Amino acid sequence: MSQILCSPAPLTTKEAIHELLADKGGAEYYKQMRQLKVNQDALAYDLQSTCKSRTRTWLNICAHCGMCADSCFFYKTNNNDPKQIPSYKIQSTLGELLRRNGRVDAEFMMHCMDVAWGQCTCCNRCGMYCPHGIDTGVMFSYLRGILFKQGFTPWEMKIGSGMHRVYGAQMDVTEEDWVDTCEWMCDENSEEWPGLEIPVEKVGADVMYICNAREPKHYPEDLAQAAILFHVTGTNWTVPRVGWENTSLTMFAGDFEGCAMNLKRIYDAVERLKPKVVVGTECGHAHRATVVEGPYWAGRESGDPPVPFMHYVEWVAHVLRTGKLKINPEKKLKMPCTLQDACNYVRNDGLGRYTREIMSYIAEDFREMDPHNEHNFCCGGGGGMNGIGRYRKERNVGLKNKLDQIRATGAEMVVTPCHNCWDAIRDMMEVYDEHNIKWSFLKPLLINMMEIPPNIEHVES
Amino acid sequence: MLQTLSGPCFVASLLIFFVGLLGRAVWYVRGLDWRLERVAYGYHKDRSIPGAINSIAKWLLPGGTAGWRAQPVAMLAFFLLHFGAVLIPLFLLGHTVLLEQTTGICLPSLPPNVADILCIASLSGIALLVLRRLFSPTLRQLNTWKDWFVLLLTFLPFFTGLMAKFDVNAYDTWILLHVITGELFLVLAPFTKLAHIVLFFMSRAQLGMDYAIKRGGRARGGSFPW
Repeated sequence: MSQILCSPAPLTTKEAIHELLADKGGAEYYKQMRQLKVNQDALAYDLQSTCKSRTRTWLNICAHCGMCADSCFFYKTNNNDPKQIPSYKIQSTLGELLRRNGRVDAEFMMHCMDVAWGQCTCCNRCGMYCPHGIDTGVMFSYLRGILFKQGFTPWEMKIGSGMHRVYGAQMDVTEEDWVDTCEWMCDENSEEWPGLEIPVEKVGADVMYICNAREPKHYPEDLAQAAILFHVTGTNWTVPRVGWENTSLTMFAGDFEGCAMNLKRIYDAVERLKPKVVVGTECGHAHRATVVEGPYWAGRESGDPPVPFMHYVEWVAHVLRTGKLKINPEKKLKMPCTLQDACNYVRNDGLGRYTREIMSYIAEDFREMDPHNEHNFCCGGGGGMNGIGRYRKERNVGLKNKLDQIRATGAEMVVTPCHNCWDAIRDMMEVYDEHNIKWSFLKPLLINMMEIPPNIEHVES
Repeated sequence: MLQTLSGPCFVASLLIFFVGLLGRAVWYVRGLDWRLERVAYGYHKDRSIPGAINSIAKWLLPGGTAGWRAQPVAMLAFFLLHFGAVLIPLFLLGHTVLLEQTTGICLPSLPPNVADILCIASLSGIALLVLRRLFSPTLRQLNTWKDWFVLLLTFLPFFTGLMAKFDVNAYDTWILLHVITGELFLVLAPFTKLAHIVLFFMSRAQLGMDYAIKRGGRARGGSFPW
């Protein structure tokens, strides 16, 4: 291959994405990365202008007390390897970068990349265990941004960022594909659910629904389930034609300019359709990117989105609480169940109370993991880790932590309202040969156990 | 010599200490950037102020956080050291007398036996920290000469001060060493990790605000469960 595959420039055309995709596993991409020239002046300038007092203070006052060590599942699952201490990981990468004021070579930048994506999922747990309040996850996210601008980004993340920039979605789902999938899912299910609709681009609906591109692309039944639940609860809802995708591989990639583009598409849809509330699918990082960090990328000084945004778990808790969705007590989950707290909306947006409220409606034998809620451990696949082949081995080692936690509850079902957690849990069961534990999103569980109101027509299939 | 050291030199080191630490605090606050950090510092004060206070207060309380409870040995070492490290410099009788003589500022003083106990507790805390650093592979990987230097800088004023009290025959030597090491601590504090004397509060407040304003304060309806 002679073309340039690895460069600091983001991917902005379909052709560039396909060229990079053709380089299987990024073999040539990483080879070229080793030869990449670090623009030291630009790097020094970026560090000077964006690494301000908060981050510098964190790095300066770290007392090296080691209290963050046990909070990190990579440290625990790698036999307490001192090189996996959050403090060491950030000091030896971003700390060193600042000490050298950007005078570093490609080898060092690749080392930073391997640590920033291969040894940290930006779960922010260590920040909770540091007496000084040093949030290493936040710093690694910042470092990813610095690395992205210089072209040192894992292959899959570079492609993901390009997908968002070109398709407005993390996968190559065009506007036409999206609208077709909505129609298809509606047709497919309207025999069973007469009157089922997926209203596209309806102005003034109560709810605008946004989702993860994986759903229309690989799991279209998820979209159908969302539609059925909106239908059954009598929700006046819509999906936008553009701005329907709320995930952000750009956030994982450190492509913050791309993050702002994603936000603009979604917030523009809000402006166009004027919903009362936006509900996002069962995805953790999508919520973080759109609702928690998103308003800032969109330049909103208050830090709030333009209208209230709800994660799917907030909406489900709401419809259960208000009786719009009723559960048939006979069909509640009987087996022991546990709940995976997604870092991005539990630790980082306080929604654990809603997931627990949901569990009280749907499970007879709910068992908490230890630790749980804000203190939960990452599933092991967050921050983009699931998708990066280069760190597959490292990820699989880390998965053991969550598997041990799940096994300790004795649960046979893990309720997992997050795509990344769902993938990580699926993979850990396979990697560690565990065949007695199931995992599920909320939507299929709810559809199996809901009571259908008399005004809703349902034809048993 | 002792007169110069405990007179003008003392005042100068106090000035460096306070002005230096104030400078770092001001630099910290001025360097905060709502866009870069993605925290709307100027908004949601109903959540952000309690969030900041809670984030500081819980960590000032032994066992007040899951972090402390998970590491009882570290917690013991830190609190043993810090009770004395905060109270003795400010309220030891000799210190309050010297402060009044040189600056006219009058502070209440600790009963001498309480001060002795606090000092011994602090030295025990330091000893525990040393042992922890020596025997934990985790800490051996993390610690550099700078960390040991800061610990030494903290140890010396306590040690020399205690010796001045109990080794009466060599009082003059110990007190001279005590004044020198104490002033060295004051002068270097703003420029080393000892700046956490003030930056601990800034950093904790910032993270408390971050969680209260942006990361779940709205949904939690209360402070972050540290």
